[in-house]
Amino acid sequence: MTLLTTVFAAVISTVIWYKGALGNEMKVGALCWMYWGASLMWFIDAVFEYAELGAEFFAPAPIDMLNDFYLGLSVVALGLVIWLAILLVKDPRGVVKAALFKKNM
Amino acid sequence: MACFLVPAAEAVITTVTAKAMKSKEKVETVNISFSDGSVEEATKIKFSTKLGWLNKLLWGGSALLAFEHVWHGEVVPYFPFLTAVESGETAGMLAEMGSAGVMMAVLVTAVWVGMLAVSSIVEKRAIHDSESIKEGAAV
Repeated sequence: MTLLTTVFAAVISTVIWYKGALGNEMKVGALCWMYWGASLMWFIDAVFEYAELGAEFFAPAPIDMLNDFYLGLSVVALGLVIWLAILLVKDPRGVVKAALFKKNM
Repeated sequence: MACFLVPAAEAVITTVTAKAMKSKEKVETVNISFSDGSVEEATKIKFSTKLGWLNKLLWGGSALLAFEHVWHGEVVPYFPFLTAVESGETAGMLAEMGSAGVMMAVLVTAVWVGMLAVSSIVEKRAIHDSESIKEGAAV
């Protein structure tokens, strides 16, 4: 469920990155790299778990699914927070700079 | 247990390599045909930038996986930071790092190599197209 949630986040962020010229300015690429990197790593985790559990891997207990989904959402939220930090530090539109400095008339 | 440490270690190596390469690389300009049919001079992406893609995949993935390990109580904010080490399961942890951790690093690197191959094809096609347009204009 964590893998699935992260893959959805990766696909959505990639579509947003591809769709708009906003991509570069809003640093959406950072989100794509993060979510795809995590998705690939969790895929390996899933393969190892499948090798251990077999078909049982596809029938998790509802409480485990809920916990994994909760983790997945938390991971997506953490990714968004990291992206926001990158955006504010790099400040491509100069918004933070404009808020900190006032032009002398 | 601590599988994310393997891609994180690879990320450290690739980040240092990219920084070292960046200062030595030269800017390469080529003529490229764009989707509107115009041919313009463009700067080719440096290899260090492409290595940056791998860095971002590795760092981003490792960071989110580290969070998952904190979530599951496998990483703690006090020494020795890994509960497997604390509970004497170091051998099991190292075995997991050697299997799942190494496979994670290998898969991410393999995907990046695939991206390099695709970007190389796209670059060659764009250069070839602009040359064809140039030749057509000359005739």
